[in-house]
Amino acid sequence: MLTYIIRRTLYMIPLLLVVSLISFSLIKLMPGDYLTTARMNPQITEETLNQQIARYGLDRPFIVQYWFWLKNVVQGDFGTSFDTRMPVFKTLFFGSRLMWTVIIATTTLVLTWIIAIPIGIYSATHQYKPSDHVVTFFGFLGLSIPNFFFALVLLWLLVVIFRVGDYGLGVGGLLDTRYFDAPMSLAKIGNYLWHLWPIWVVIGTGGMAGLIRLMRGNLLDTLTLPYVQTARSKGLKERVVIYKHAVRNAINPLVTVLGLSLPGLVGGSVITAIVLNIPTVGRAYFAALQRQDEPVIMGGLLFFSLFLLIGNVIADFLLAWVDPRIRYD
Amino acid sequence: MARWLRRKPKEPEFDTTEGAPKEFVSRSQGEMIWRAFKRHRVGNVGTALILLFIFLAVFAEFIGPYSYGKQYRNYPYSPPSTVHFRDEDGSLSRPYIYRTERTLDRTTYKVTYVEDTSKKYYVRFFVRGEAEYTLFGFIPTNVHLFGAHAEDGSIAQLFLLGTDHLGRDLFSRCLIGSWVSLSVGPLVILCVFPIGIVLGGLSGYYGGGIDMFIQRACEVMLAIPALPILMAMGAALRGFGLSAGMVFLGMIVAFAITAWGGFARVIRGQVLAIREMDFVTSARAAGASDMRVIIRHITPNVTSYLIVNATLTIPGMMLTEAALSFLGYGIQEPMTSWGALLNAATNVGAIEQHPWILIPGVFIVVSVLAFNFMGDAVRDAVDPYSII
Repeated sequence: MLTYIIRRTLYMIPLLLVVSLISFSLIKLMPGDYLTTARMNPQITEETLNQQIARYGLDRPFIVQYWFWLKNVVQGDFGTSFDTRMPVFKTLFFGSRLMWTVIIATTTLVLTWIIAIPIGIYSATHQYKPSDHVVTFFGFLGLSIPNFFFALVLLWLLVVIFRVGDYGLGVGGLLDTRYFDAPMSLAKIGNYLWHLWPIWVVIGTGGMAGLIRLMRGNLLDTLTLPYVQTARSKGLKERVVIYKHAVRNAINPLVTVLGLSLPGLVGGSVITAIVLNIPTVGRAYFAALQRQDEPVIMGGLLFFSLFLLIGNVIADFLLAWVDPRIRYD
Repeated sequence: MARWLRRKPKEPEFDTTEGAPKEFVSRSQGEMIWRAFKRHRVGNVGTALILLFIFLAVFAEFIGPYSYGKQYRNYPYSPPSTVHFRDEDGSLSRPYIYRTERTLDRTTYKVTYVEDTSKKYYVRFFVRGEAEYTLFGFIPTNVHLFGAHAEDGSIAQLFLLGTDHLGRDLFSRCLIGSWVSLSVGPLVILCVFPIGIVLGGLSGYYGGGIDMFIQRACEVMLAIPALPILMAMGAALRGFGLSAGMVFLGMIVAFAITAWGGFARVIRGQVLAIREMDFVTSARAAGASDMRVIIRHITPNVTSYLIVNATLTIPGMMLTEAALSFLGYGIQEPMTSWGALLNAATNVGAIEQHPWILIPGVFIVVSVLAFNFMGDAVRDAVDPYSII
């Protein structure tokens, strides 16, 4: 198992290399580059410009430029943001963006699981009852609302209809301004939570619908298996049959989804974070894209790609962990 | 068997009326799928909605009273026109509207549209409007489904869903926007399927070096995060200053590039499993060529997966297109889509003053919901082992 994980981790390196080459070509394909704007900026001297050109090989052909980039990366230098003049990853993770990205992704994940699994079980054990139909409908609705539109509607409801501003509560961002410099207190944590719940709701609903459907389907499949029939004919209580026998097996395929949905949450939160003004890596990436800040776009794409690959490895690991029948050699 | 495992009642396989001869009917696979599909009520509603949307899209220029690009400069951010059904004395009347006047409150600088109740403009159907268009692309006409005319023949602007900041009719724009929003999914599928089937098929059927190479390519594609890379591609496309049509084509290609990897993978898995089945071995033993085995024996077994995959991928594509266009990295002006229309609603202030600019989102939700319902029905109908 350990060798399998090490092998998978090492395999990420060539993958990331190819991904970086593709990302690099795409960025170079964008018309215009940083130099065109920099030349027009009187604050940037000819000297610094020449320095930059020499450092990134900006006057050389494309593949040489990539080689320059790669050489720097191997030495641990991902470049400097054209815009903020800070190292790429410092720009992307500025403030506590990385922390918030990870916090939002993981808390959303945990919350969706805590809510979706029981609903899925309920839905499967009440198949075709009105309650099942209601759950299924809302699941589909959650699946069909674009995250950004849901965020906009929530904003509108909270600000315009419920007038939360009258109670001194803001929407969007992570904190109300009066708490910015306040020491950590219960009220401040409460304010964080107030700002986090719309994000959880918006990002969570999409993933939740899929989970409910999957749990419901898996459990329904499992309940037809002979061993469940055996358990029933032994005279076991229905509760025991479902929770001890069926659910445990029905949940296995979902574990794969757990790892796979992690990068989806990071990527999917990009747009929600933009609408709700949350400081995440996704928003920094969006800002870089708008300014055509090439090194930061590169760094962002690599970051998302790394997150995706780590998610895949976690998925495989979790599956092997919960299901001892799976062997890796 | 327990209650929750009972299937939904099926139509009887033979005539159950008293005295009728008990004769079994044989049904083809297609017939059985169709019957199962018809039993899925929610799926039928979804399908009906999709047909309605397609109808609206085909007759968009006829149903929408104005040209999608026409700017009514006197009516920026005009709220939806109020259609009156009752006279001043309260009795029922033909639907009519009043002409509105844009007025600025000198103290608050709040813009309001005030109705001028001196003249009624009755809603008429099949009227000649200002917008010329060609129906089905070859019948030039200017007849529109509805318009508002007064008794003396003068015209008032009827904005069913209000207007945007340039005074463009949101209803007409939503209808035109459906062209992009509805076609993006099917067009991407059309690009991805051939690539996925050929690469996945080769990979699964022949194995060895080809398989190795194609699978590594798939892994790379799967390692690229879809949304960020699509945003970057959109930024690149936007920079070239292409025409709206070319940008749309570029988007389709970009979507296809990000989507084929996962698809080819699943096809490979399916082909790999089918290749080992006895009927393939017997076909080979009977002297069938590789080509014949692939086309006649393997492909039909993958079709059901293809259909299901298509109907379930489309809603996802629609959501991605909406998100990209919303951010400004999708479809470009003058063309529009539902997502692009929502681009006007990026801040709370705009939504607070003109809440009707959120309406295009309703089109997205309803159409994606409809596709999801239909996809669910198709999956249940096509999968012979399904119990869901």
